[in-house]
Amino acid sequence: MTLEWIQSGVGILLIVAGLAFMFIGSLGILRLPDFFARTHAASKVDTVGIAVVLAGIAVLEGLTLNSAKIAIAIIFLTLTNPVAAHALARAALRHGIKPWRRITPLKKGDQ
Amino acid sequence: MTTFFVAVAIFLVAIILMPFYRVLRGPTLFDRLLAIGAIGGKIIALILIAGVMFDRLDMFVDLALAYAALNFIGGIAMAEYFRYIGSRVRARK
Repeated sequence: MTLEWIQSGVGILLIVAGLAFMFIGSLGILRLPDFFARTHAASKVDTVGIAVVLAGIAVLEGLTLNSAKIAIAIIFLTLTNPVAAHALARAALRHGIKPWRRITPLKKGDQ
Repeated sequence: MTTFFVAVAIFLVAIILMPFYRVLRGPTLFDRLLAIGAIGGKIIALILIAGVMFDRLDMFVDLALAYAALNFIGGIAMAEYFRYIGSRVRARK
């Protein structure tokens, strides 16, 4: 009885934490100033969010074949999602998109 | 428990709508492609949540795996294609 409570509690906690990460990633894609800055939000934060949500679903499911498949999906996503974002960033750089800079150039005294 | 998963699914749809703005009016093509990739990643989580809601996780897990593979392959193909086009355009200038 207690074990089931712990299982569902951990699962719900992981899903809520992953949703928070995904929300931050979406906000970054929406709000960051430049394509190369947006790749950070899309590759890092989103990957962690998806992996944590999937881990929460696997914990709720228990030790079955489905949770093993979800673990495979987590490994696959963690490996491939940043690679896709990096390939897009490299293509954009080759395409001639300039990275974002501060609009006013720095003065001598500024850090 | 079902109420929790319905709430999670609604919140996920709300999260998915945020990069959709970037798809509709991204300044460059690559913004749109990046946002499409991010939406695909979130849809994997949504598919698994739907699987738990319908109590058919054995089927929906396979769907999620196939969707992840297709998302990655599509993103890589688009990136390579536009990298090739970009290098050709710059070589012609």
